[in-house]
Formats: sequence, C-alpha cells, structure tokens
Amino acid sequence: MTDQPTPLGLSSIEAVTDNLASVGYISTRDISTAVFLAHHLRKPVLIEGPAGVGKTDLARSLALSLEYPLIRMQCYEGLDESKALYEWKYGKQLLYTQILKEKIHELIADADGLDASVSKLAGFKDLFFSRDFLEPRPLLKAMEQTGGSVLLIDEIDKSDEEFEALLLEVLSDYQITVPEIGTIGALVPPLVILTSNNTRELGDALKRRCLHLHIDFPDAELEARIVRARVPDISQRLLAQLVSFIQRVRGENIRKAPSISETIDWARTLILLHAEALDPDMVRGTLNVILKRQSDIDEIAPKTASLVAASVRDTADVG
Amino acid sequence: MEAALTNYIRALRAAGTGVSTTEAIDAARTLDIVGYDQRDVMKTALGAVLAKSVEEKDIHDRLFDLYFSPSNTKIDPDKAATDQEDEAADQTGPEPRDEADRFMDMAQAADSDRVAMALQQAGSAVGADNIRFASQTSFLTRRILEQIGVKALEARLIDRLGQHTPQANAEAEAMMAARAALQQKARAFVEGRFEMFGRAAQETFMNEVVTERAINALSRTDMARMKHVVARMAKRLAVKHARRRRVKNRGQLDIRRTLRANAGHDFIPFDVVWKFKRKDKPKIVAVCDVSGSVAQYVRFLLLFLYMLREKVTDLETFAFSGNLTDVGQTLLTHEFDSAMNQIIFKVGASSTDYGQSLDDLWSRHAALIDHRTTVLILGDGRSNNADPRLDLMRELADKAKRVVWLCPEPEASWGSGDSCMLQYRPFCTHVSHIATAADIERAIDDMLMAYD
Repeated sequence: MTDQPTPLGLSSIEAVTDNLASVGYISTRDISTAVFLAHHLRKPVLIEGPAGVGKTDLARSLALSLEYPLIRMQCYEGLDESKALYEWKYGKQLLYTQILKEKIHELIADADGLDASVSKLAGFKDLFFSRDFLEPRPLLKAMEQTGGSVLLIDEIDKSDEEFEALLLEVLSDYQITVPEIGTIGALVPPLVILTSNNTRELGDALKRRCLHLHIDFPDAELEARIVRARVPDISQRLLAQLVSFIQRVRGENIRKAPSISETIDWARTLILLHAEALDPDMVRGTLNVILKRQSDIDEIAPKTASLVAASVRDTADVG
Repeated sequence: MEAALTNYIRALRAAGTGVSTTEAIDAARTLDIVGYDQRDVMKTALGAVLAKSVEEKDIHDRLFDLYFSPSNTKIDPDKAATDQEDEAADQTGPEPRDEADRFMDMAQAADSDRVAMALQQAGSAVGADNIRFASQTSFLTRRILEQIGVKALEARLIDRLGQHTPQANAEAEAMMAARAALQQKARAFVEGRFEMFGRAAQETFMNEVVTERAINALSRTDMARMKHVVARMAKRLAVKHARRRRVKNRGQLDIRRTLRANAGHDFIPFDVVWKFKRKDKPKIVAVCDVSGSVAQYVRFLLLFLYMLREKVTDLETFAFSGNLTDVGQTLLTHEFDSAMNQIIFKVGASSTDYGQSLDDLWSRHAALIDHRTTVLILGDGRSNNADPRLDLMRELADKAKRVVWLCPEPEASWGSGDSCMLQYRPFCTHVSHIATAADIERAIDDMLMAYD
C-alpha cells in the first residue's frame, strides 16, 4: 500500500461538502464527516436508511467529483467469491495445457530419465495458476486501481451471511488472498461504500469494521435544496408547495413513505405537465408517482384536497 | 483528553452499546484528525465511528451532550493533576488548616471548576461511576461529602451550637449554609453520573423484571415499558428465524444452471450447481379469545406476531368470543392500541363459545389451513358449557401442520368447571401455560423452530 496524496476534495469536511455540491449532490454534515473520516481512517462507510434517500447516489457522486472510477458490486442471494473476487480463466488454462502437451517433448528432449525431466520442468515458471489466468471481479478490480477508486457494495443485506465473512479481509486490510498465488494487496486503498436497506441485521464483525452513516428522509429545507439541484427549472413557488406536500404525506399513516428520488420524479412530472402550483386534481392524478402501493394511494387520495390546501397555505409567503 | 474519551466509551458501554477496543482506537485516531475545538464536528465524527446502528446513534447523541457538556469539558485530568500539586503547595503555607476549613473554602469558592474538580475526585474515590439505581443517589452524595470532609465540619458545627454565643451561632449558620450548598452540587453531580452510567443498567434491569411479571398483574407504567420490551424480543426472534430460508440439497444436480454456468468453458462442468430446497415460510393462523380475562394476553401475543409479520411469517388473525371475526385488516390499518381496543370492544362483548368459533373458522376460512400452517389458539378453553365441537378440532388437527394452544390458566385448573382444556388437549401438538411475556416469547420461538 502506497501513501497517496489526499485529493483536494477530501482535505476537510467542508471540502467534501463543496466537492459533492459541484456534481449536484447536496450533502449534510453527517454525510461529509463520514466520507472525510472514511478516507483518513481508511475505513469503509456503511450507509443505512430507507430506499431512495441517495445512498447509492452518494457513491456515484463521489466517484464523479473525485474523478475516480466507480466499481460497483450489486449484492444478491447466492453471490459468491467467483463473482465477487476473482475467477480462473478455465478456457485459457485449457488452451495452455494443450500447448504444453505439444511443446513438452521439445522442452525435455535433452533430459534423461524421469527425475531429470521433472527437475527440468520444475525450473519453468508455474504459469497455470498465475495472474495471467486470473479474471478479476469487482473486489479484485478495486484492489488493482492505481489512481484510487470508489468501490460501491450495494445492498449488502441482500447477500448471504457467508458472503459477509468473505468481505472482512477486503474491508479491513484491503487485500485479497488467492490460495494458488498469495495475497494481493491494494495499490491504493479504495474508498468503500456499503449500502443496506436493513432487510436483515448485518453481522457485528462487519459493522465494527465500518463507519456507520444513517441517512433518513431530509427535512423540508434540505429536500428543497436537493430538488432544486436536480430539477433546476422548477419555480420557487411550486418547489415550496411540493416539498411541503411530500413532508405532510410522510407523516400520514402509509406503508411506504415517498423518498427523495420520488420527490424528484414528481417534480419532473409536474414540470412536464406545465404546473405552476399544486392543484388537487393534478395531484390526485399523479399520486402514483410518489406512492407505490395501491393501499397508500387509497389512503391519501381522499385527503388530497386538504393536504394541498395546507401546503399552499404554509408556503403562501414564497414566490 | 484521552482519559475523557476512555471514560466516555465506558459510559457508552454502560448504556448497552458494544463498543469494541478497535473502535475505541478508531475514536482516538478520529479525534487526532478532526481536532477537539469544534464540539459539533466531534459529535458527528465520534457518532460515525462509535455508534453502529440507529439506536446506538441515539444513545451516543444523548450521552455526548451529557458528557461533553460545556462545564464538563473543562475537567481535564491533566489539569486535575496540576491543581492537586497547587493544593499541596497551599497546604505547606503558614496557616495550618484542617478538613473543616477546607470544606468551608470549597463551599464558598467562586471558582466552579475547582468545585467540579473536587467532586470529580471524590466521586471516583467513592465509585460514583458504578451507580446503578436512582435510589443510590442519596447514599453516594453523602459519601462524596464525607470524602470532602463533611464529618469534621459537622463535629465543629455541633461544638459551636453547644456554645450558645452570638459569634458561635453565626459561625454555625455559615457552616450549615456551606454544607447545604455543597450538598446540592454533589447531588447534581451524582445525578449526572446516574444519567450517564446508571440509567441504562436500571432500564435493562426493569425490562428484565417486567418480562417475568405475570401479564395480568402489569400496571399501567409497566404496559408502556412492555411495548419496548416486546419490540426488542420480537426483533431478536426475527433475527433468529429470518435467516437460512434455503438449504443446499446436496447430491441433486441443477442441470440447467450448471450448463448455463459452464457455457464459457465449452460446457465442461467445472462449476457444479446444486439444487436448493427452499424452506417454508412460517404460516400462522392465530385464533384469539378476546373475552374479559384473556384479552390482556391477546394484546401481547398479537403485538409479538405483528412485529414479526412480513419478516418471518404469513399471518392471519381472528378474534372471537361468541363468533369469529377476521381482525387482520383492523390491525393493519389502525395504530396498534386503538386497533386492539376496537377489536375487544366489537368482538369481545358476547359470551364465549369455542364450538361456534371453530365452526366459523372451519366453514369460512378452511382454505387458509394446510400442511404448512400452524394454528395458534390463545384462550382459557372456558366455553360456557356450549358444545366444544371436538369433531372440528380433530379435523383441524389433521389438516394443519401443528396446533398450538396457549392457555393463560395454570394446568391445575384445566378441566375444572366449564373448562374444556382437557378435552381439546389430545388434538393439540403442543399446549402450554403462558403467564409472562417471556412465556409468550418462548412459545413463539418454539413455534417458529418447527419450520427451521
């Protein structure tokens, strides 16, 4: 592991915030602090929180703003080391043995007897299990980046528990052990981001190796800033009403609260519909953009008029 | 500062977060990086390193504010050492001073840092950090005062009070005021320690007590605590039973997936893919008697089951007294307490009839019950002398995977009076007496175990 000069975008907590803002990711102090520490302590960040609050997007924005390659590994049930770490190129190995078979006579032609032949063979480099025949998968690929990288291990909670154990070596020492070759260490430790939707409890061993960051639904002010960054042509008045409405919907008794990505989708939808301000009929017609369950839509639809009225009233002083 | 950090981590551990040594080292490195001057930066940074879940983050936020409160941060152990030396130097001064004098000095001192320091030292001498219960506060306060020298002061106070001269009286008044002032400060100090070190331990203890307390003897305050406890127990059960939903079926080759995996190797099977067996998700049909005496138990059972819902089980819930009603929808759409009240109000009014309820279940919801279903019956089996319909019970037992009966009455009273427990018992896979929340947890654990 070589010491890499700290990129400008990670030199202080404020620098992280500014850097992320430059690619349109509005960061909070919690987020910036975690990223800053992740680089300086060389520890992965485990991000938990409801779906659609920008967990994956943080990794993407970090890679973009730091001009690092983003290496992404999507976890799923049954993910194993041949898909996460490395795989042998069997086809190439087969070809190699074929060639070896043909050439072997020439190679040991001048040796007398078995012992001499074997010792002659031992003199050759063992190519069969060598780096040339190794197919790198995301984790190994991340170790091999020379200019730094962002490694995103997405939805770790979807993987099996055995896979967590596999990750421990990578996450704590930034190295991978290939039994046939030895240990491959990271040239430059990658910035590792793990995300989890909490569908199952993660193991303690994994948690203890990571910094923990919990991203929750944002407050109205932050949400407005995020939507403005993502949908710049939205009018001030519509933005204020829309955010106020979403915040109210989150407080209702529904199963799946709308997240930031849904707010952004909704803002785009309303702009396509040339809306200048919220009106109950349009809101009712586009509820399926923010609510993804029929029971939730049924719950909110009758209350739309009063929720819109309240949002309009609260934001009367804006725009 | 390192000592302060170590103590803070101790407080976190006392509050029930499992901070490991590695994390403690990380915390020290973190402080080296972010510095000590900005309190809020310190707070978020330590939060990221030391707290590894939302609950732990809450604990961290609360404790950080208590521990690194502005007046507390000044108490730097390094400074404590120098102060002590100063004090030692003071004592070699011309005026020989005894403990009582020093106590008076302390009480009248304007320098609050010095008082805080003395309290800190006395506190650690008497082990104030080990406080576990709020009721220990008075005792520890007294011990701290004794450490500072209140006994000498009191001896002198008695002496002065006996003299009956105006001057002695005035002196006595001053001494009493000093004692009261310092006592107040010491008490505040001990209460602070309790918040940091004792509160969580006390909570844990109280939680243990309520889980073992009979459900029908729970008081109103216990009930509120109970909800948290049940949530925690349910979470534990969910973690335990949510994993391992599929097992490798060794020896059965999955030919389709093996060929697919080896297409790149000319279909030579380097990678062999075995078939998986998917385990059944527990399916529970809960049938609960909600009449009078049993209602309280139903509340807890359903609270448990609803916290496990989706993660672990397919759940159908029915309530009955005279007739059977499907209450799943009510529980889903309303907040738990109000849903329970509605159910008990609507369903629990008529007189209990187990036979009729079994008949309702059988005629209307028979499709729900198959060889993967556990039928969970909660009730005392007191059917007001109506026909228990054992024939239906037998059919139910034949069709379901298991029939589990939880009875709030102790075994001794089964079969007495109008109780049909002994008649129903032969058809049940398992019958158990439940009295406490711990019993319910155990019963549900057993039930889920049957699916592992």
